[in-house]
Amino acid sequence: MNAAQHRHPDENPAGAHLPLEPLPGHFSRGRLERVLRRGEFAVTTELNPPDSADPEDVYNRAKIFDGWVDGINAVDASGANCHMSSVGICALLTRMGYAPIMQIACRDRNRIAIQGDVLGAAAMGVANILCLTGDGVQAGDQPGAKPVFDLDSMSLLETIRVMRDNGKFLSGRKLTTPPQVFLGAAVNPFAPPFDFRPIHLGKKIAAGAQFVQTQYCFDVPMFRDFMQRARDLGLTDKVFILCGVGPLASARTAKWIRSNVPGIHIPDAVIRRLEGAQDQKAEGKRLCIDIIDEVKEISGVSGVHVMAYRQEEYVAEIVDESGVLRGRRPWKREARADDALVAERLEHILGEDVTEKQVDMVRSAH
Amino acid sequence: MADTPIKPVPIGAGIPPAATGTTTQAAAVRKNAPKSDYKPADVSPQRRMQRSWSVRLWSVRHSRLLEWVYARLAETFLALHPLWKAIGYGRVEAPVKFVEKRVKGFMFDCRMCGQCILSSTGMSCPMNCPKQLRNGPCGGVRANGNCEVEPDMPCVWVKAWEGSRNMVKGDAILNVQNPVDQSLRETSAWLRVTAQAAAAREQAKTSTDVGAAA
Repeated sequence: MNAAQHRHPDENPAGAHLPLEPLPGHFSRGRLERVLRRGEFAVTTELNPPDSADPEDVYNRAKIFDGWVDGINAVDASGANCHMSSVGICALLTRMGYAPIMQIACRDRNRIAIQGDVLGAAAMGVANILCLTGDGVQAGDQPGAKPVFDLDSMSLLETIRVMRDNGKFLSGRKLTTPPQVFLGAAVNPFAPPFDFRPIHLGKKIAAGAQFVQTQYCFDVPMFRDFMQRARDLGLTDKVFILCGVGPLASARTAKWIRSNVPGIHIPDAVIRRLEGAQDQKAEGKRLCIDIIDEVKEISGVSGVHVMAYRQEEYVAEIVDESGVLRGRRPWKREARADDALVAERLEHILGEDVTEKQVDMVRSAH
Repeated sequence: MADTPIKPVPIGAGIPPAATGTTTQAAAVRKNAPKSDYKPADVSPQRRMQRSWSVRLWSVRHSRLLEWVYARLAETFLALHPLWKAIGYGRVEAPVKFVEKRVKGFMFDCRMCGQCILSSTGMSCPMNCPKQLRNGPCGGVRANGNCEVEPDMPCVWVKAWEGSRNMVKGDAILNVQNPVDQSLRETSAWLRVTAQAAAAREQAKTSTDVGAAA
Protein backbone atom coordinates (compact mmCIF):
# COMPACT_ATOMS: atom_id res chain seq x y z
CA MET A 1 0.00 0.00 0.00
CA ASN A 2 1.18 3.48 -0.79
CA ALA A 3 2.33 5.42 2.28
CA ALA A 4 0.69 8.63 1.06
CA GLN A 5 -2.68 6.91 0.72
CA HIS A 6 -2.37 5.48 4.17
CA ARG A 7 -1.69 8.79 5.84
CA HIS A 8 -4.37 10.86 7.53
CA PRO A 9 -4.89 14.20 5.74
CA ASP A 10 -4.17 16.09 8.97
CA GLU A 11 -0.76 14.62 9.54
CA ASN A 12 2.61 16.04 8.65
CA PRO A 13 4.21 13.65 6.12
CA ALA A 14 7.58 14.16 7.80
CA GLY A 15 6.27 12.86 11.12
CA ALA A 16 3.07 12.87 13.15
CA HIS A 17 4.65 14.92 15.94
CA LEU A 18 5.47 17.85 13.65
CA PRO A 19 3.21 20.89 13.11
CA LEU A 20 1.00 20.87 10.04
CA GLU A 21 1.49 23.04 6.99
CA PRO A 22 0.20 26.55 7.69
CA LEU A 23 -3.08 27.21 5.89
CA PRO A 24 -4.45 30.63 4.98
CA GLY A 25 -6.94 31.94 7.53
CA HIS A 26 -5.63 29.55 10.16
CA PHE A 27 -4.00 30.80 13.34
CA SER A 28 -2.44 27.55 14.46
CA ARG A 29 -0.79 24.59 12.82
CA GLY A 30 -2.91 22.08 14.67
CA ARG A 31 -5.51 19.54 13.75
CA LEU A 32 -8.43 20.86 15.77
CA GLU A 33 -8.56 24.21 14.00
CA ARG A 34 -8.45 22.47 10.62
CA VAL A 35 -11.32 20.18 11.50
CA LEU A 36 -13.44 23.07 12.77
CA ARG A 37 -12.67 25.38 9.86
CA ARG A 38 -13.53 22.63 7.38
CA GLY A 39 -16.98 22.68 8.95
CA GLU A 40 -16.75 19.19 10.35
CA PHE A 41 -18.42 18.29 13.62
CA ALA A 42 -15.55 18.18 16.08
CA VAL A 43 -15.22 15.96 19.12
CA THR A 44 -12.93 16.78 22.01
CA THR A 45 -12.46 15.07 25.31
CA GLU A 46 -10.64 15.39 28.57
CA LEU A 47 -7.69 13.37 29.81
CA ASN A 48 -7.78 12.35 33.45
CA PRO A 49 -4.36 13.62 34.61
CA PRO A 50 -2.27 11.01 36.45
CA ASP A 51 -0.83 11.51 39.94
CA SER A 52 2.43 10.06 38.80
CA ALA A 53 5.68 10.84 37.04
CA ASP A 54 5.37 7.97 34.60
CA PRO A 55 4.86 9.02 30.98
CA GLU A 56 3.22 5.68 30.24
CA ASP A 57 0.33 6.70 32.50
CA VAL A 58 -0.38 9.61 30.19
CA TYR A 59 -0.01 7.56 27.02
CA ASN A 60 -2.25 4.80 28.32
CA ARG A 61 -4.92 7.27 29.27
CA ALA A 62 -4.71 8.95 25.86
CA LYS A 63 -4.74 5.66 23.97
CA ILE A 64 -8.37 4.90 24.74
CA PHE A 65 -9.42 7.99 22.73
CA ASP A 66 -7.41 6.93 19.67
CA GLY A 67 -9.31 7.49 16.46
CA TRP A 68 -12.37 8.98 18.15
CA VAL A 69 -11.50 12.55 19.10
CA ASP A 70 -10.00 15.62 17.46
CA GLY A 71 -8.53 17.12 20.59
CA ILE A 72 -7.67 16.11 24.13
CA ASN A 73 -7.92 18.62 26.96
CA ALA A 74 -4.97 18.55 29.31
CA VAL A 75 -6.50 19.91 32.48
CA ASP A 76 -4.63 22.32 34.73
CA ALA A 77 -5.25 21.02 38.26
CA SER A 78 -9.00 20.90 37.74
CA GLY A 79 -11.02 21.38 40.87
CA ALA A 80 -7.84 22.78 42.44
CA ASN A 81 -6.62 19.21 42.96
CA CYS A 82 -2.96 18.63 42.32
CA HIS A 83 -2.07 16.38 39.35
CA MET A 84 0.53 16.23 36.60
CA SER A 85 0.72 19.69 35.05
CA SER A 86 -1.00 20.49 31.80
CA VAL A 87 2.30 21.62 30.27
CA GLY A 88 3.84 18.25 31.11
CA ILE A 89 0.93 16.29 29.70
CA CYS A 90 0.98 18.38 26.54
CA ALA A 91 4.71 17.88 26.12
CA LEU A 92 4.19 14.12 26.24
CA LEU A 93 1.15 14.11 23.98
CA THR A 94 2.63 16.32 21.26
CA ARG A 95 5.63 13.99 21.03
CA MET A 96 3.26 11.25 19.95
CA GLY A 97 1.36 13.44 17.53
CA TYR A 98 -1.77 13.96 19.59
CA ALA A 99 -3.57 17.30 19.43
CA PRO A 100 -3.77 18.42 23.04
CA ILE A 101 -5.76 21.44 24.16
CA MET A 102 -3.69 22.94 26.93
CA GLN A 103 -5.79 24.40 29.70
CA ILE A 104 -4.37 27.31 31.62
CA ALA A 105 -6.02 28.22 34.90
CA CYS A 106 -5.30 31.61 36.44
CA ARG A 107 -5.46 30.22 39.95
CA ASP A 108 -1.91 28.98 40.27
CA ARG A 109 0.37 31.17 38.24
CA ASN A 110 0.91 34.86 37.68
CA ARG A 111 1.27 36.62 34.35
CA ILE A 112 5.04 36.11 34.22
CA ALA A 113 4.78 32.33 34.59
CA ILE A 114 1.80 32.03 32.25
CA GLN A 115 3.37 33.92 29.37
CA GLY A 116 6.50 31.82 29.70
CA ASP A 117 4.43 28.64 29.67
CA VAL A 118 2.59 29.77 26.55
CA LEU A 119 5.88 30.16 24.70
CA GLY A 120 7.20 26.86 26.00
CA ALA A 121 4.03 25.02 25.09
CA ALA A 122 3.89 26.51 21.62
CA ALA A 123 7.52 25.51 21.09
CA MET A 124 6.62 21.94 21.99
CA GLY A 125 3.91 21.91 19.37
CA VAL A 126 0.84 22.77 21.42
CA ALA A 127 -1.59 24.32 18.95
CA ASN A 128 -4.63 24.88 21.17
CA ILE A 129 -4.87 26.74 24.44
CA LEU A 130 -7.98 26.96 26.59
CA CYS A 131 -8.06 29.93 28.94
CA LEU A 132 -9.80 29.39 32.25
CA THR A 133 -10.18 31.26 35.49
CA GLY A 134 -9.96 28.07 37.52
CA ASP A 135 -11.75 26.84 40.62
CA GLY A 136 -11.02 28.41 43.97
CA VAL A 137 -8.34 26.72 46.09
CA GLN A 138 -10.95 25.88 48.72
CA ALA A 139 -12.43 23.28 46.36
CA GLY A 140 -9.29 21.19 46.15
CA ASP A 141 -7.05 19.00 48.21
CA GLN A 142 -4.76 21.85 49.29
CA PRO A 143 -7.06 24.59 50.56
CA GLY A 144 -4.15 26.32 52.30
CA ALA A 145 -2.58 27.28 48.97
CA LYS A 146 -2.36 30.91 47.95
CA PRO A 147 -4.92 31.72 45.29
CA VAL A 148 -3.12 33.73 42.62
CA PHE A 149 -5.77 34.91 40.13
CA ASP A 150 -3.37 37.50 38.79
CA LEU A 151 -5.14 37.45 35.42
CA ASP A 152 -8.70 36.36 34.77
CA SER A 153 -9.84 34.21 31.85
CA MET A 154 -10.62 37.31 29.80
CA SER A 155 -7.33 39.10 30.31
CA LEU A 156 -5.53 35.79 29.80
CA LEU A 157 -7.22 35.41 26.41
CA GLU A 158 -6.23 38.93 25.50
CA THR A 159 -2.66 38.43 26.70
CA ILE A 160 -2.16 35.35 24.52
CA ARG A 161 -3.94 36.95 21.57
CA VAL A 162 -1.60 39.94 21.76
CA MET A 163 1.38 37.60 22.02
CA ARG A 164 0.23 35.76 18.91
CA ASP A 165 -1.08 38.58 16.73
CA ASN A 166 1.15 41.47 17.78
CA GLY A 167 4.18 39.41 18.74
CA LYS A 168 4.49 41.12 22.10
CA PHE A 169 4.44 40.32 25.78
CA LEU A 170 1.93 42.08 28.00
CA SER A 171 4.71 44.51 28.82
CA GLY A 172 5.17 45.39 25.15
CA ARG A 173 8.51 43.61 24.82
CA LYS A 174 8.85 41.96 21.43
CA LEU A 175 8.85 38.24 20.74
CA THR A 176 11.11 36.90 18.03
CA THR A 177 8.71 34.09 17.15
CA PRO A 178 5.13 34.49 18.33
CA PRO A 179 3.20 31.40 19.49
CA GLN A 180 0.81 30.10 16.84
CA VAL A 181 -2.13 28.94 18.88
CA PHE A 182 -5.84 28.45 18.46
CA LEU A 183 -7.46 30.14 21.43
CA GLY A 184 -10.29 28.72 23.42
CA ALA A 185 -12.40 29.68 26.39
CA ALA A 186 -15.06 28.12 28.56
CA VAL A 187 -18.63 29.29 28.92
CA ASN A 188 -21.32 28.20 31.32
CA PRO A 189 -24.80 28.89 29.94
CA PHE A 190 -26.32 27.11 32.93
CA ALA A 191 -25.39 29.51 35.75
CA PRO A 192 -26.79 32.93 36.61
CA PRO A 193 -26.84 35.75 35.53
CA PHE A 194 -28.49 34.08 32.52
CA ASP A 195 -29.12 37.18 30.44
CA PHE A 196 -25.49 38.25 30.84
CA ARG A 197 -24.02 34.90 29.75
CA PRO A 198 -24.36 35.38 25.97
CA ILE A 199 -22.95 38.91 26.29
CA HIS A 200 -20.14 37.49 28.38
CA LEU A 201 -19.40 35.10 25.52
CA GLY A 202 -19.28 38.10 23.20
CA LYS A 203 -16.76 39.69 25.54
CA LYS A 204 -14.62 36.56 25.46
CA ILE A 205 -14.70 36.60 21.66
CA ALA A 206 -13.64 40.24 21.71
CA ALA A 207 -10.78 39.25 24.00
CA GLY A 208 -9.62 36.54 21.59
CA ALA A 209 -11.64 33.34 21.98
CA GLN A 210 -11.92 31.37 18.73
CA PHE A 211 -13.58 28.28 20.15
CA VAL A 212 -15.45 27.70 23.36
CA GLN A 213 -16.29 24.58 25.32
CA THR A 214 -19.36 24.75 27.51
CA GLN A 215 -20.00 23.36 30.94
CA TYR A 216 -21.87 20.01 31.09
CA CYS A 217 -25.18 20.34 29.27
CA PHE A 218 -28.00 18.35 30.86
CA ASP A 219 -30.72 20.90 30.12
CA VAL A 220 -31.08 21.12 26.36
CA PRO A 221 -33.91 23.72 26.29
CA MET A 222 -31.77 26.04 28.41
CA PHE A 223 -28.84 25.53 26.07
CA ARG A 224 -31.09 26.14 23.07
CA ASP A 225 -32.16 29.49 24.55
CA PHE A 226 -28.54 30.42 25.10
CA MET A 227 -27.68 29.52 21.50
CA GLN A 228 -30.64 31.51 20.24
CA ARG A 229 -29.36 34.58 22.10
CA ALA A 230 -25.83 33.93 20.84
CA ARG A 231 -27.11 33.71 17.26
CA ASP A 232 -29.12 36.91 17.70
CA LEU A 233 -25.95 38.66 18.82
CA GLY A 234 -24.15 37.27 15.76
CA LEU A 235 -21.66 35.38 17.91
CA THR A 236 -21.97 31.97 16.29
CA ASP A 237 -20.27 33.27 13.14
CA LYS A 238 -17.25 34.37 15.13
CA VAL A 239 -16.63 31.39 17.35
CA PHE A 240 -16.85 27.61 17.26
CA ILE A 241 -19.05 26.37 20.09
CA LEU A 242 -18.44 22.89 21.44
CA CYS A 243 -21.18 21.73 23.76
CA GLY A 244 -19.98 19.97 26.90
CA VAL A 245 -21.61 16.59 27.48
CA GLY A 246 -20.87 13.56 29.58
CA PRO A 247 -22.29 10.38 31.04
CA LEU A 248 -23.60 10.35 34.60
CA ALA A 249 -22.62 7.18 36.45
CA SER A 250 -25.81 6.97 38.54
CA ALA A 251 -28.67 8.99 39.98
CA ARG A 252 -26.74 9.20 43.25
CA THR A 253 -23.73 10.71 41.51
CA ALA A 254 -25.99 13.13 39.69
CA LYS A 255 -27.54 14.30 42.95
CA TRP A 256 -24.15 14.60 44.54
CA ILE A 257 -22.80 16.67 41.64
CA ARG A 258 -25.86 18.88 41.74
CA SER A 259 -25.45 19.73 45.40
CA ASN A 260 -21.65 19.80 45.59
CA VAL A 261 -20.27 21.08 42.31
CA PRO A 262 -21.30 24.68 41.75
CA GLY A 263 -22.03 25.60 38.14
CA ILE A 264 -23.36 22.23 37.00
CA HIS A 265 -27.10 22.31 36.46
CA ILE A 266 -28.92 18.96 36.41
CA PRO A 267 -32.71 19.12 36.03
CA ASP A 268 -34.98 16.85 38.07
CA ALA A 269 -36.15 15.06 34.92
CA VAL A 270 -32.63 13.76 34.33
CA ILE A 271 -32.37 12.38 37.85
CA ARG A 272 -35.82 10.79 37.58
CA ARG A 273 -34.83 9.15 34.31
CA LEU A 274 -31.69 7.70 35.89
CA GLU A 275 -33.54 6.53 38.99
CA GLY A 276 -36.12 4.73 36.89
CA ALA A 277 -33.54 2.80 34.92
CA GLN A 278 -32.53 -0.81 35.53
CA ASP A 279 -28.89 -0.21 34.74
CA GLN A 280 -28.16 3.36 35.76
CA LYS A 281 -24.69 3.45 34.27
CA ALA A 282 -25.96 2.33 30.85
CA GLU A 283 -28.83 4.79 31.13
CA GLY A 284 -26.35 7.58 31.91
CA LYS A 285 -24.53 6.77 28.72
CA ARG A 286 -27.79 6.57 26.78
CA LEU A 287 -28.80 9.96 28.19
CA CYS A 288 -25.50 11.45 27.07
CA ILE A 289 -26.03 10.12 23.55
CA ASP A 290 -29.58 11.49 23.50
CA ILE A 291 -28.31 14.92 24.53
CA ILE A 292 -25.65 14.81 21.81
CA ASP A 293 -28.36 13.92 19.28
CA GLU A 294 -30.31 16.99 20.31
CA VAL A 295 -27.51 19.52 20.58
CA LYS A 296 -25.86 18.56 17.30
CA GLU A 297 -28.99 19.76 15.50
CA ILE A 298 -28.86 23.22 17.13
CA SER A 299 -27.61 25.75 14.65
CA GLY A 300 -24.27 27.20 15.66
CA VAL A 301 -23.01 24.14 17.50
CA SER A 302 -19.71 23.05 15.93
CA GLY A 303 -18.96 20.04 18.04
CA VAL A 304 -19.14 18.33 21.37
CA HIS A 305 -16.74 18.17 24.27
CA VAL A 306 -17.18 14.78 25.93
CA MET A 307 -16.17 14.84 29.59
CA ALA A 308 -16.33 11.36 31.05
CA TYR A 309 -14.36 11.67 34.26
CA ARG A 310 -13.35 8.19 35.42
CA GLN A 311 -15.52 6.71 32.67
CA GLU A 312 -13.07 7.55 29.89
CA GLU A 313 -13.56 4.12 28.34
CA TYR A 314 -17.10 5.21 27.39
CA VAL A 315 -15.97 8.12 25.22
CA ALA A 316 -15.36 5.97 22.15
CA GLU A 317 -18.72 4.21 22.56
CA ILE A 318 -20.57 7.48 23.03
CA VAL A 319 -18.96 9.04 19.97
CA ASP A 320 -19.55 5.89 17.93
CA GLU A 321 -23.16 5.30 18.94
CA SER A 322 -24.17 8.95 18.59
CA GLY A 323 -22.80 8.95 15.05
CA VAL A 324 -21.59 12.55 15.30
CA LEU A 325 -18.54 11.83 13.21
CA ARG A 326 -20.72 10.82 10.23
CA GLY A 327 -18.23 8.22 9.13
CA ARG A 328 -15.22 10.51 9.53
CA ARG A 329 -12.21 9.00 11.29
CA PRO A 330 -10.22 11.45 13.41
CA TRP A 331 -6.47 11.16 13.40
CA LYS A 332 -4.97 8.13 15.04
CA ARG A 333 -1.36 7.29 15.53
CA GLU A 334 -0.55 4.61 13.02
CA ALA A 335 2.73 3.16 11.91
CA ARG A 336 3.72 4.40 8.46
CA ALA A 337 3.46 1.75 5.76
CA ASP A 338 7.20 1.19 5.49
CA ASP A 339 7.61 1.01 9.27
CA ALA A 340 4.73 -1.42 9.48
CA LEU A 341 6.43 -3.63 6.89
CA VAL A 342 9.67 -3.64 8.87
CA ALA A 343 7.80 -4.44 12.08
CA GLU A 344 5.96 -7.28 10.45
CA ARG A 345 9.14 -8.70 8.98
CA LEU A 346 10.91 -8.40 12.31
CA GLU A 347 8.11 -10.18 14.07
CA HIS A 348 8.31 -12.91 11.52
CA ILE A 349 12.04 -13.30 12.07
CA LEU A 350 11.93 -13.08 15.88
CA GLY A 351 8.62 -14.69 16.62
CA GLU A 352 8.53 -17.62 14.27
CA ASP A 353 11.52 -19.74 14.86
CA VAL A 354 12.63 -20.21 11.29
CA THR A 355 16.06 -20.06 9.81
CA GLU A 356 15.90 -18.97 6.24
CA LYS A 357 18.73 -19.84 3.98
CA GLN A 358 19.57 -17.62 1.04
CA VAL A 359 18.89 -20.55 -1.25
CA ASP A 360 15.34 -20.89 0.07
CA MET A 361 14.75 -17.17 -0.17
CA VAL A 362 15.81 -17.13 -3.79
CA ARG A 363 13.64 -20.12 -4.48
CA SER A 364 10.57 -18.62 -2.80
CA ALA A 365 11.09 -15.33 -4.59
CA HIS A 366 10.76 -17.03 -7.98
CA MET B 1 18.78 -0.45 35.43
CA ALA B 2 18.21 0.77 31.93
CA ASP B 3 16.96 -2.59 30.76
CA THR B 4 14.12 -2.68 33.26
CA PRO B 5 11.16 -2.49 30.94
CA ILE B 6 8.58 0.17 31.71
CA LYS B 7 5.53 -1.89 32.40
CA PRO B 8 2.39 -0.70 30.65
CA VAL B 9 -0.10 0.21 33.33
CA PRO B 10 -3.67 -0.90 32.73
CA ILE B 11 -6.09 1.91 32.24
CA GLY B 12 -7.69 2.97 35.46
CA ALA B 13 -4.91 1.57 37.62
CA GLY B 14 -3.53 3.93 40.21
CA ILE B 15 -6.66 6.05 40.26
CA PRO B 16 -7.74 6.48 43.86
CA PRO B 17 -11.26 5.34 44.66
CA ALA B 18 -13.81 7.74 43.28
CA ALA B 19 -15.19 10.40 45.60
CA THR B 20 -18.37 8.43 45.90
CA GLY B 21 -21.40 9.51 47.81
CA THR B 22 -20.98 12.54 49.94
CA THR B 23 -17.34 13.61 50.21
CA THR B 24 -15.11 15.82 48.17
CA GLN B 25 -11.35 15.72 48.18
CA ALA B 26 -11.45 19.03 50.06
CA ALA B 27 -13.80 17.63 52.69
CA ALA B 28 -11.51 14.64 53.18
CA VAL B 29 -8.52 16.93 53.67
CA ARG B 30 -10.42 19.05 56.15
CA LYS B 31 -11.56 15.97 58.06
CA ASN B 32 -8.01 14.72 58.41
CA ALA B 33 -6.69 18.06 59.63
CA PRO B 34 -5.46 18.11 63.22
CA LYS B 35 -8.22 18.86 65.69
CA SER B 36 -8.15 21.79 68.09
CA ASP B 37 -10.62 23.84 70.08
CA TYR B 38 -10.11 27.01 68.09
CA LYS B 39 -11.77 26.61 64.72
CA PRO B 40 -11.96 29.78 62.68
CA ALA B 41 -15.06 30.09 60.54
CA ASP B 42 -14.80 28.04 57.41
CA VAL B 43 -14.51 30.98 55.02
CA SER B 44 -11.71 32.50 53.01
CA PRO B 45 -9.34 34.95 54.71
CA GLN B 46 -10.58 37.66 52.39
CA ARG B 47 -14.10 37.18 53.67
CA ARG B 48 -12.95 37.35 57.29
CA MET B 49 -11.67 40.87 56.80
CA GLN B 50 -15.09 41.94 55.66
CA ARG B 51 -18.19 43.24 57.38
CA SER B 52 -21.66 42.41 56.16
CA TRP B 53 -22.44 43.33 52.60
CA SER B 54 -25.74 45.15 53.12
CA VAL B 55 -24.24 48.58 52.36
CA ARG B 56 -22.54 47.20 49.27
CA LEU B 57 -25.84 45.78 48.03
CA TRP B 58 -27.55 49.13 48.74
CA SER B 59 -24.95 50.81 46.53
CA VAL B 60 -25.66 48.39 43.70
CA ARG B 61 -29.40 49.01 44.01
CA HIS B 62 -28.75 52.75 43.80
CA SER B 63 -26.15 52.51 41.09
CA ARG B 64 -27.83 55.16 38.96
CA LEU B 65 -27.77 57.71 41.78
CA LEU B 66 -24.17 56.89 42.60
CA GLU B 67 -23.23 57.18 38.94
CA TRP B 68 -24.62 60.73 38.97
CA VAL B 69 -22.87 61.54 42.25
CA TYR B 70 -19.57 60.23 40.97
CA ALA B 71 -19.88 62.23 37.75
CA ARG B 72 -20.28 65.43 39.84
CA LEU B 73 -17.36 64.40 42.05
CA ALA B 74 -15.16 63.79 39.03
CA GLU B 75 -16.12 67.21 37.62
CA THR B 76 -15.26 68.89 40.91
CA PHE B 77 -11.94 67.10 41.13
CA LEU B 78 -11.13 68.08 37.56
CA ALA B 79 -12.08 71.69 38.27
CA LEU B 80 -9.71 71.59 41.24
CA HIS B 81 -6.88 70.29 39.06
CA PRO B 82 -4.96 73.61 39.22
CA LEU B 83 -5.17 73.46 43.01
CA TRP B 84 -3.95 69.84 43.15
CA LYS B 85 -1.18 70.78 40.80
CA ALA B 86 -0.23 73.82 42.86
CA ILE B 87 -0.04 71.82 46.08
CA GLY B 88 1.48 68.88 44.24
CA TYR B 89 -0.34 65.60 43.53
CA GLY B 90 2.21 63.74 45.59
CA ARG B 91 1.54 65.85 48.67
CA VAL B 92 -2.24 65.80 48.32
CA GLU B 93 -2.39 62.05 47.81
CA ALA B 94 -2.27 61.06 51.48
CA PRO B 95 -5.32 63.05 52.65
CA VAL B 96 -7.33 62.26 49.50
CA LYS B 97 -6.53 58.59 49.86
CA PHE B 98 -7.53 58.73 53.52
CA VAL B 99 -10.99 60.00 52.56
CA GLU B 100 -11.34 57.84 49.45
CA LYS B 101 -10.42 54.66 51.27
CA ARG B 102 -13.01 55.25 54.01
CA VAL B 103 -15.82 56.47 51.76
CA LYS B 104 -15.42 53.74 49.17
CA GLY B 105 -14.65 51.18 51.84
CA PHE B 106 -17.96 51.94 53.52
CA MET B 107 -20.01 52.16 50.33
CA PHE B 108 -18.50 49.37 48.21
CA ASP B 109 -16.14 47.37 50.46
CA CYS B 110 -13.37 48.92 48.39
CA ARG B 111 -10.07 47.01 48.35
CA MET B 112 -7.97 49.96 47.18
CA CYS B 113 -6.75 48.35 44.00
CA GLY B 114 -6.01 51.90 42.87
CA GLN B 115 -7.66 51.48 39.45
CA CYS B 116 -11.33 51.83 40.17
CA ILE B 117 -13.73 50.39 37.59
CA LEU B 118 -16.95 50.71 39.61
CA SER B 119 -18.55 52.65 36.75
CA SER B 120 -18.00 49.65 34.47
CA THR B 121 -19.23 47.09 36.96
CA GLY B 122 -22.60 48.41 38.04
CA MET B 123 -21.13 49.87 41.25
CA SER B 124 -20.30 46.37 42.50
CA CYS B 125 -16.60 46.23 43.39
CA PRO B 126 -15.06 43.28 41.49
CA MET B 127 -12.19 43.05 43.97
CA ASN B 128 -14.70 41.54 46.42
CA CYS B 129 -14.94 38.51 44.16
CA PRO B 130 -12.79 35.79 45.78
CA LYS B 131 -11.18 35.30 42.37
CA GLN B 132 -11.01 39.06 41.81
CA LEU B 133 -12.53 38.69 38.37
CA ARG B 134 -12.80 42.00 36.58
CA ASN B 135 -14.46 40.84 33.38
CA GLY B 136 -17.52 38.88 34.34
CA PRO B 137 -18.70 35.99 36.47
CA CYS B 138 -16.93 32.64 36.62
CA GLY B 139 -18.79 29.46 35.73
CA GLY B 140 -19.35 28.48 39.34
CA VAL B 141 -22.17 30.84 40.26
CA ARG B 142 -24.73 28.90 42.28
CA ALA B 143 -28.30 28.50 41.09
CA ASN B 144 -29.46 31.01 43.72
CA GLY B 145 -26.99 33.59 42.42
CA ASN B 146 -24.52 33.16 45.26
CA CYS B 147 -20.78 32.77 45.12
CA GLU B 148 -19.12 29.39 44.61
CA VAL B 149 -16.39 30.14 47.16
CA GLU B 150 -18.54 31.96 49.76
CA PRO B 151 -21.88 30.16 49.60
CA ASP B 152 -23.70 32.84 51.63
CA MET B 153 -22.45 35.83 49.63
CA PRO B 154 -24.32 37.04 46.56
CA CYS B 155 -22.09 36.79 43.47
CA VAL B 156 -20.39 40.12 42.88
CA TRP B 157 -20.96 39.79 39.15
CA VAL B 158 -24.63 38.85 39.37
CA LYS B 159 -25.02 42.10 41.32
CA ALA B 160 -22.77 43.96 38.87
CA TRP B 161 -25.01 42.95 35.99
CA GLU B 162 -28.13 44.08 37.89
CA GLY B 163 -26.49 47.36 38.84
CA SER B 164 -25.25 48.07 35.35
CA ARG B 165 -28.79 47.71 33.99
CA ASN B 166 -29.87 50.69 36.13
CA MET B 167 -27.07 52.94 34.97
CA VAL B 168 -27.06 55.41 32.10
CA LYS B 169 -23.66 54.24 30.91
CA GLY B 170 -24.16 50.69 32.14
CA ASP B 171 -22.95 49.19 28.87
CA ALA B 172 -19.42 49.96 30.00
CA ILE B 173 -19.68 46.48 31.51
CA LEU B 174 -19.05 45.15 27.99
CA ASN B 175 -15.52 46.54 27.87
CA VAL B 176 -12.70 44.06 28.33
CA GLN B 177 -10.69 45.20 31.34
CA ASN B 178 -6.92 44.96 31.59
CA PRO B 179 -5.38 42.86 34.32
CA VAL B 180 -4.91 44.62 37.64
CA ASP B 181 -1.70 46.58 37.91
CA GLN B 182 -0.57 45.45 41.34
CA SER B 183 1.89 48.33 41.56
CA LEU B 184 -1.04 50.74 41.89
CA ARG B 185 -2.41 49.15 45.05
CA GLU B 186 -3.22 51.54 47.90
CA THR B 187 -3.11 54.61 45.70
CA SER B 188 -5.87 57.09 44.98
CA ALA B 189 -7.90 56.23 41.90
CA TRP B 190 -9.71 59.57 42.09
CA LEU B 191 -6.50 61.55 41.72
CA ARG B 192 -5.20 59.33 38.94
CA VAL B 193 -8.42 59.70 36.94
CA THR B 194 -8.35 63.46 37.52
CA ALA B 195 -4.75 63.82 36.40
CA GLN B 196 -5.41 61.70 33.33
CA ALA B 197 -8.55 63.65 32.43
CA ALA B 198 -6.65 66.91 32.84
CA ALA B 199 -3.85 65.65 30.60
CA ALA B 200 -6.37 64.54 27.98
CA ARG B 201 -8.12 67.91 28.16
CA GLU B 202 -4.79 69.70 27.76
CA GLN B 203 -3.85 67.58 24.78
CA ALA B 204 -7.22 68.11 23.13
CA LYS B 205 -6.79 71.87 23.62
CA THR B 206 -3.29 71.96 22.14
CA SER B 207 -4.31 69.82 19.17
CA THR B 208 -7.28 72.13 18.41
CA ASP B 209 -4.98 75.12 18.86
CA VAL B 210 -2.55 73.61 16.40
CA GLY B 211 -5.47 72.83 14.10
CA ALA B 212 -6.75 76.42 14.36
CA ALA B 213 -3.26 77.84 13.76
CA ALA B 214 -2.84 75.61 10.73
